[in-house]
Amino acid sequence: MPGNFKIDRLGALLTAMGAAAIALLPFVLFKTNRIMPGDPQSLWNVLAPAAAWACLAAVAIAAIIALTLADARVRLAAAVLGIVAVALAVAAAGDALTPAGNKIVRVAPGSGFWLLLIALALLATDAITRLRPGPALRVGLLALFAAVAGMTLAHGTFDNLSVMREYAVSASRFAHEVRQHILLAFGSLAAAVLVALPVGILCHRIPRLRSGILGVLNMVQTVPAIALFGILMAPLGALAAAVPLAAALGIRGIGTAPAVIALFLYSLLPIVANTVAGLKRVSPAAVEAARGMGMTRWQILMSIELALALPVIITGIRIVLVQNIGLVTIAALIGAGGLGTFVFQGIGQTAIDLVLLGAIPTVALAFSAAVVLDSAVEVMDRKPQ
Amino acid sequence: MPGIAVILRLTALGLLTAFLLTPQSFAPVFAPFTQYGAPPIYDQGNLLSLALSHLGTVCLAAAASTLVAVSLGILVTRGSGAEFLPLSRSLVNLGQTFPPVAILALAVPLVGFGEKPTLIALFAYGLLPIFENTLIGLQTCPPALLEAASGMGMSARQRLMSVELPLAMPLILEGVRLSLVINVGTATIGSTVAAKGLGEVIIAGLLSNNTAFILQGGLVTGLMAILLYDAMSAIERRMFKAARID
Repeated sequence: MPGNFKIDRLGALLTAMGAAAIALLPFVLFKTNRIMPGDPQSLWNVLAPAAAWACLAAVAIAAIIALTLADARVRLAAAVLGIVAVALAVAAAGDALTPAGNKIVRVAPGSGFWLLLIALALLATDAITRLRPGPALRVGLLALFAAVAGMTLAHGTFDNLSVMREYAVSASRFAHEVRQHILLAFGSLAAAVLVALPVGILCHRIPRLRSGILGVLNMVQTVPAIALFGILMAPLGALAAAVPLAAALGIRGIGTAPAVIALFLYSLLPIVANTVAGLKRVSPAAVEAARGMGMTRWQILMSIELALALPVIITGIRIVLVQNIGLVTIAALIGAGGLGTFVFQGIGQTAIDLVLLGAIPTVALAFSAAVVLDSAVEVMDRKPQ
Repeated sequence: MPGIAVILRLTALGLLTAFLLTPQSFAPVFAPFTQYGAPPIYDQGNLLSLALSHLGTVCLAAAASTLVAVSLGILVTRGSGAEFLPLSRSLVNLGQTFPPVAILALAVPLVGFGEKPTLIALFAYGLLPIFENTLIGLQTCPPALLEAASGMGMSARQRLMSVELPLAMPLILEGVRLSLVINVGTATIGSTVAAKGLGEVIIAGLLSNNTAFILQGGLVTGLMAILLYDAMSAIERRMFKAARID
């Protein structure tokens, strides 16, 4: 494009961020053990000059493209190139600083690495946003990213970095906690959908019920999560003590039962509210037409009203799922397991790598759930038109 | 109907104040929730000062996020900041998938234990609703009105201050209200990193298996959130009634 030599402002901001990260902040931290404060190391100290220059060159190319070119595809490619280079550099730094066979030292990515990664990720996010990918492409990109990340992790590229060291120590527990996390988040969501859909339909049909039910559910939302978890412990504990069958079914004062019930209660409001909003959106003319065609009330509800309200209802489910994935983290405090176990253990031991081991997968889960469900809503919203 | 609502709220406020000022007089209420003669009322600190520092942390964080979110919202909707608009929209969506515990836990190694990581987490978490609403508010100003303002000879700055911001104000305030209410609850998690607040009471209850403590902490926090929500709604209504009469 001729005459397009204007400096891109976003590119300038991101370049400044990246330059500051490289010049002023440590690329990695070298710790003699997992809880020691790290010894800051720059890119030049840890990598062979050729490798360090290669990484810097890739980042510089990304910066120049971000500053001068407007084509989103080129910018995305540049950002990906930068991210790959920085990721390989940090992996190489981990390998270089770890003496062979040593399981005690920890090489943690430093603030310089994180800031550089954030700048490049922002460049990629901006490019993807400008490309306006359709729902299928978004899910495809997510799957591609997950596959690449999964393969590099399985290949052991990052095995000498601190977070992966923490993972290696508790690999079997990690798999268990991930399963538990997903089970808690999705299980309480499923239960909430079963209850909230009929309640939402009822609220729509009988306006007098609406403000009362929504008011009560609103109030539930104001109770802080740790309190609701805690409050449920006592009655469930009493129930388990009084009814042997309940105890045999696994209902206890601590653990999964209070967590699922609390998450279920928090999940009701968004789904009920969105069901009501979605049904309100259905035009009376459509219902009238269906009635004219001789459909029964049940048929009208299932194939006209709920079908038309579905995108709004799924939006409610998306809110709940993302919220649940975050809240399950807190359920670790009452012994329900999940990835929060690592977060709180990490806080307790001031071991940041353990915190990351819990936090990164949680964010990844929530993010993937949001992308997939948002895409689903978009597909459904497009269909009727 | 409004009469009953007002009475309910005043009763809630009265109960909350009475409980915070003289918690011991509520001991019989909470006694059934204790076991083995455990204290029915939180006794490891002053409930009033805990509630006040809880509220203080929440308000300080909300003030900071309002300032930053509204400024950013204005910046990206001006011509000079338009390049940042698509990215900031995506960031609003992405940010909401970040659980508050994660922000809190990641802030600890950077700033240490105590109030600061809580403030950072609440600040970051409070940004999103306010920024989102500021964006919607500023972008949905009727173009005809903006043109009329320019036609009257208003400068870009005057137009922002006396047309766009006032029009966007209801949505902005709604964002502030939302983030305040969310943060009152979220701040309780701050006590896991040694911040002073009502979470302390709940966690003490969890640790000593004392349901009375958990109930107290949860109820006081919940009541505070509801009253704050109502107070903000009342302020909004009053502001807009006044504006309409003008």
